[in-house]
Amino acid sequence: MTPLLSVEHLSISFTQYDRGTRRRILPAIRDLDLTIDRGQVAAVVGSSGSGKSLLAHGILGILPYNAHMEGTITYDGAPLTPKRAAALRGREIVLVPQSVGYLDPLMKVGPQVGRDKTAVRAVLDRYGLGPETEGLYPFQLSGGMARRVLISTAVAASPALVIADEPTPGLDARAAGRILGHFRELADAGTGVLLITHDLELALTIADKVAVFYAGETVEEAPAGDFDRLEDLRHPYTRALWQALPQHGFRPIPGTQPYPGALPEGCPFAPRCPKCTSECGGDVPYRPLDGGFVRCLHPERGNAS
Amino acid sequence: MAHRLGFAGKKLLRMVLLLLGVSLAAFLLMSASPLDPLQTNVGQAALGTMSQEQIAQLEDYWGVNDPPLERYLGWLTDVLHGDLGTSLLYRVPVTQVLAERLKNSLWLMAAAWVLSGALGLLLGTVAAACRGRWPDRLIRGWCLLISSTPAFWLAILLLMVFSVWLGWLPIGLSAPIGAQASAVTLADRLRHAILPALTLSVTGLANMTLHTREKLCDVLESDYVLFARARGESTRSILWHHGLRNMALPAITLQFGSISEIFGGSVLVEQVFSYQGLGQCAVTAGLGSDLPLLLGVTVVSAALVFGGNLIADLLYGVVDPKIRARVRAYGRKGGA
Repeated sequence: MTPLLSVEHLSISFTQYDRGTRRRILPAIRDLDLTIDRGQVAAVVGSSGSGKSLLAHGILGILPYNAHMEGTITYDGAPLTPKRAAALRGREIVLVPQSVGYLDPLMKVGPQVGRDKTAVRAVLDRYGLGPETEGLYPFQLSGGMARRVLISTAVAASPALVIADEPTPGLDARAAGRILGHFRELADAGTGVLLITHDLELALTIADKVAVFYAGETVEEAPAGDFDRLEDLRHPYTRALWQALPQHGFRPIPGTQPYPGALPEGCPFAPRCPKCTSECGGDVPYRPLDGGFVRCLHPERGNAS
Repeated sequence: MAHRLGFAGKKLLRMVLLLLGVSLAAFLLMSASPLDPLQTNVGQAALGTMSQEQIAQLEDYWGVNDPPLERYLGWLTDVLHGDLGTSLLYRVPVTQVLAERLKNSLWLMAAAWVLSGALGLLLGTVAAACRGRWPDRLIRGWCLLISSTPAFWLAILLLMVFSVWLGWLPIGLSAPIGAQASAVTLADRLRHAILPALTLSVTGLANMTLHTREKLCDVLESDYVLFARARGESTRSILWHHGLRNMALPAITLQFGSISEIFGGSVLVEQVFSYQGLGQCAVTAGLGSDLPLLLGVTVVSAALVFGGNLIADLLYGVVDPKIRARVRAYGRKGGA
């Protein structure tokens, strides 16, 4: 079966003007690969500034005018050209945005969920939002309500692919769990879900597979089950993320993710990596390994076994 | 209901204080003026041929010897009794002069106001929608050009082109020369108002256009427009459904705030076009030491400007649900 969405060698860069007239190209995403099947929740996990949101905007074809995108995106067996993306977005491919700031502040919730009143009623009802919600303005929604309204905007279109961009910030663990549960339900009904988040722990509660993002690259793609044991993880960064979780020792590693304008040659994680060798400054391919993918010359999983 | 009354009461009190302050300031400026009303209005030569009694009588008429405080309080007492006094220059009640001039000026100012508002909104929208491309650059360049052009100079330029060279439009006044008031048609009035209204509208136009463009650019870069695009809305739909509503608030402030600018501009423009309006009346009254008339003009114009800002305040509540909610919350608190 062909995957619902496949992203190959995707690169997104920005043209910026530095100090007046000097033009420079900022690579925000480089050589990204990802596939999502129907009925699957694929989580993309990475820290702030790793280019996660841009991936969503790139798939939808709504990048800003100074952005440049390369690579191929295939949706439902055919290339997702800008024209096709424009026709499909909001219908088959929908976005669940981060916050209530993505709703028009001067428009009532009802018309923003959808045009068809009965459909709007049905979808709001499904998420436990009463008829009075339709008459509220976005600023009158509580955090949890806002999140459910945002999901409603997506589900009202009965989509085939849902892209959720950080759908849980600002919610306590229980509320966040409930919201993620709604995405699991959608996937179980056959929808593909791309979940973009910085919260590995929450993502693992519903994801079928996890792609780990670092400085604009996918460094590892692994089935969610691999995150049960440290030994099953492939990339040193993924292991570092895992060990930074509270239940796994809460151990941070030194250093920060490099800024897109100041990337090192070769592997971007090399300066923070304990296994770094001189070869890491060269080309590091993304390759399959034990049922997942990894972009590392010295993957941990291979060495351990 | 109580909060609405409270709101209205507060505004009314503020307006009364404002009018008092403005009239006092105008009066003090007039008292400090070095112009001698007798010399200005009667003339040096005529004054020389008059007897002391005649001069004393004139001084009495122009109120030269009365103490300023007494004059102001006298005027204020009359006003409280509903009498704005008699114009010293025209020898008719101030209300009559004001009514006539206001009628002329309101035409002019309303036309200029609507024109600059509508055109500014339109040009600003076009510029924002074509941001960075040639229509945007053209509109912005033109706005910078007209906003750096003094209104009186533009008035003279328009007069030269359309009245002197082309001869299409009258050179001045608000009605044809020598025509009786009853014979003046609406078409005559319109023809005489075209150039002054055009000049006047230009003052506010650049402001409105550039502010609209800026606000709309902000709106178009906002998260909710990004989301609207992600949901497949077309640019036209985005402009219509999200753009207009969200830029309405600053546009309303600007448009109703511009009443004061248009009024200020009308003083200059009416002078250049010899248009018999309120602005010109203010100049005449000021230079001719016609105290009752000047104070009348000042009070009326201050009330107009205040009214404009008040309407803007009220419209906010209509446009912005956040303000509406706050007013409701305030009402509940006040009622409890």
